[in-house]
Amino acid sequence: MTAVFPDIWPALPEIFLACAGMALLLIGVFRGDGFTRPIGYMTMVALLLAAILTMGYGTGRVVTFNGLFVMDAFGVFMKVLILVAASLSVLLALGFNEREKMARFEFPVLMLFATLGMLMMVSANDLISLYVGLETQSLALYVIAAFRRDNTKSSEAGLKYFVLGSLSSGMLLYGASMVYGFAGTTSFDKIAALFAGGMHPSVGVIIGLVFVAAGLAFKISAVPFHMWTPDVYEGAPTPVTAFFAAAPKVAAIALFTRLLIEPFGHLAHQWQQIIIVSSILSMSLGAFAAITQNNIKRLMAYSSIGHVGYALVGLASGTQEGVRGVLIYMAVYIVMNIGTFAVILCMKQQGRMVEEIKDLAGLSRTNPLLAGAMAVFMFSMAGIPPMAGFFSKLYVFLAAIEAQLYTLAVIGVLTSVVGAFYYLRIIKIMYFDEPVEAFDKINDDGMTGILIATGLFTLLFFVVPAPILNYAASAAASLFAG
Amino acid sequence: MASWPLLSFTTFLPLAGVALILLFCRGNTPDVVRNVRYVALWTTVITFVLSLFIWFNFDPRNPGYQLVEKADWIPEFGISYHMGVDGISMLFVILSTFLMPLCILSSWEAVQNRVKEYMIAFLVLETLMVGMFCALDFVLFYMFFEGVLIPMFLIIGVWGGARRVYAAFKFFLYTLLGSVLMLLAILAMYFAAGTTDIPTITATHFPRNMQLWLWLAFFASFAVKVPMWPVHTWLPDAHVEAPTAGSVILAGVLLKMGGYGFLRFNIPMLPEATEYFAPLVYTLSIVAVIYTSLVALAQEDMKKLIAYSSVAHMGFVTIGMFALNQQGIEGSIFTMLSHGIVSGALFLCVGVVYDRLHTREIARYGGLVKNMPKYAVVFLFMTMASVGLPGTSGFVGEFLVLLGAFRDNTWVAFLAATGMVLGAAYALWLFRRVVYGKLVKPDVRAMFDLNTREVAIFLPLIAVVLWMGVYPNSFLNVTSASVGQLIQTYQTKLAAAQGGAGDVSVAAR
Repeated sequence: MTAVFPDIWPALPEIFLACAGMALLLIGVFRGDGFTRPIGYMTMVALLLAAILTMGYGTGRVVTFNGLFVMDAFGVFMKVLILVAASLSVLLALGFNEREKMARFEFPVLMLFATLGMLMMVSANDLISLYVGLETQSLALYVIAAFRRDNTKSSEAGLKYFVLGSLSSGMLLYGASMVYGFAGTTSFDKIAALFAGGMHPSVGVIIGLVFVAAGLAFKISAVPFHMWTPDVYEGAPTPVTAFFAAAPKVAAIALFTRLLIEPFGHLAHQWQQIIIVSSILSMSLGAFAAITQNNIKRLMAYSSIGHVGYALVGLASGTQEGVRGVLIYMAVYIVMNIGTFAVILCMKQQGRMVEEIKDLAGLSRTNPLLAGAMAVFMFSMAGIPPMAGFFSKLYVFLAAIEAQLYTLAVIGVLTSVVGAFYYLRIIKIMYFDEPVEAFDKINDDGMTGILIATGLFTLLFFVVPAPILNYAASAAASLFAG
Repeated sequence: MASWPLLSFTTFLPLAGVALILLFCRGNTPDVVRNVRYVALWTTVITFVLSLFIWFNFDPRNPGYQLVEKADWIPEFGISYHMGVDGISMLFVILSTFLMPLCILSSWEAVQNRVKEYMIAFLVLETLMVGMFCALDFVLFYMFFEGVLIPMFLIIGVWGGARRVYAAFKFFLYTLLGSVLMLLAILAMYFAAGTTDIPTITATHFPRNMQLWLWLAFFASFAVKVPMWPVHTWLPDAHVEAPTAGSVILAGVLLKMGGYGFLRFNIPMLPEATEYFAPLVYTLSIVAVIYTSLVALAQEDMKKLIAYSSVAHMGFVTIGMFALNQQGIEGSIFTMLSHGIVSGALFLCVGVVYDRLHTREIARYGGLVKNMPKYAVVFLFMTMASVGLPGTSGFVGEFLVLLGAFRDNTWVAFLAATGMVLGAAYALWLFRRVVYGKLVKPDVRAMFDLNTREVAIFLPLIAVVLWMGVYPNSFLNVTSASVGQLIQTYQTKLAAAQGGAGDVSVAAR
């Protein structure tokens, strides 16, 4: 066997990002914490450059690095989402960290490395590269969850995330070993080829698949593997929570989708039930458990569990339309989510951050723009037209109806009504209640820009929805062509 | 004239008013607030004038869609921006634009708090309402239909009465629950027909079993909106708590969305299911007419009484619709238009005394005829229109509905007619308690009569009620061709389905 130099072009964004990360780390070490802001900006630039490199890739499907790495239109779509989400999160975190006196140069760099892991997850074409990508991401995330070392809650969040994350990685690894043991290969393509002939899978492969699915369900915080989410969301510093709720979720959903559709696509009838049950449970728990929450970050945690449930509705259908629904859902979700967290980051009274929902009381009087943006995000998350969130729900339910999963679709829309209750509650508090105390004025151009951009996107998505929908459609098609 | 998109202009003109308010009316000084009111008033007046052009350009002999506009929106999915009106929807557009300036005028002094947001909410609401009646694409329709919830939720919740939060939530969640089921039905139809274009789907035939489910899903949405017994309970709460103008729009236009939905979707698209479920609709409507009329008799709050009377009147509307003949359906459309004006006017009447005494309790009033003669005349006139006195709009609609129902089923007509008697009872009793009797309470004695602004609000309403009552032909002309076509579609499809089914059974034998 001769050593062939692999085709590195498909992996160019990852390689670039890895080099940039190491260079930034070096700069940071030499210049110290005082240089955090420039490093933050450079991180953003690096992420955006990587996004441009990704977009320049084109659309064809290429497998490289001896079948470990795959790049296709699906990858392009997901990676661009991840990179944009990550760079916005870095921007949000920069100002916040300075105001809260926790600015350290490692922070943006760690986010960059986590993002690198996510890109690898999206492009994984082998159980081994899947695991490597996942762990690259997770290790960086454990650290930034506990970034506020002197704060018990933050440390607790970091530790909880680490312990449960390791558990899930262990389950995933166990499942992967089962799959390898019974299928004889770790390569996605070979696994797919194995079952393409209509071969009946052995019980061992099924058990392995279940374990892998459980491990990934942890990462996307789907019920019944969601327990860590509220605590980690509440404990972690708010910009970290914003990051957690956006980029890693997209990456894990992308990985999950590719894993189920490509290697195990022919076993759809085996995993479909798991996804349907998990989806129903996630939507219901996300809707009902959020009602009683008083802390807005915990509420967002339950909301994100619910949203994962809706994304899984698309995945459960196992069709090209379903994957398209998932892609649209994630694209809209991260925009709303980052916008919402930008609002939460503005919740500061008398120099101290507040996180209770009731602190928003009367926001429409004291800060109409902020309240307006928040109202747009909340209506959008509830799926009320003409906000973007309506379209994302529309396309996952479209897929469910087409796959004749009527029960799933009916339960889905009913839980969305329950969910609407707690989103409306926030609007009620902002608009109907009397103001208690105004928020401090925060001068942060980056945050204002993000608020305006995400708010306008969510509000005006309906005017020209066709481009994003078309990209998502072709990205979904690429997954089924391979 | 038809060269430029008249419907889109009418639909989106109110948004231009919103933009004007947002851009040029900054601050909170009395001058700015006054400007905001004038911008809103002029925007709605111009929109109304523009909508009259729709009527002028409308050819009543043409039963199809007119002034049609079509543009690509999401072409890959067969979803387009498709607008158009026919005889069924056109008058509702006029009704919406007609009531809007009156609403703005009625809030001129009553709303002093957050005027800018209030006017913006109403203007956005107008866009959504007009758009909903014009939309000829399911996704577009659904966006307008659901979008209405957002401004209405805020109007009830921010400017409402004591229990406004409860009422706003109940309104929002009830309606949302109904509409999400409709959304699933729309998606299912999309897969069967390959498009969301309403005229195309109307021409599509769905299997009988599928029709039954689709019908129930649409029914869930529209029955809540109409509202039909037993899902009407959100309406009294929403009406009582909403500000006067909110109640006017709620009763005047939003309830009609449900009736319009039945006419546009359930009957022509799902004829077999409509035939199957018509007895159910009859039953629920008769219960609504009799039961809610009795409930209205027992009310002590003026707005609640009128709210229950709305449920009863809408019961008439659904009876007429599902009689499925020319008189019944034309009568139900006419009743909806008449009820939109009359109940709106009655809510405005309540608003007039509420603005002066800040209570809606019937027992707190009495003897108003002595110090408010003009008000008494207006109130009497609208009460008579609500009861259905010949010469007013109410009579024509209810007469046609009963005629249509009689042709279909005598018992339905008989039971519905008892509702008219009860309707006269509660309406006249309300009038007696509020306007007649002794003028003893000092604060009631101090109330002054209608001012010029209030007279200006009521005059057009009275004129329209008389016009509709004396010369209904100018309205029935508009609707008759389209209704005729609707019934023809319904019967042709039904005959084809039954004929087809007959063939199958013959073949099986």
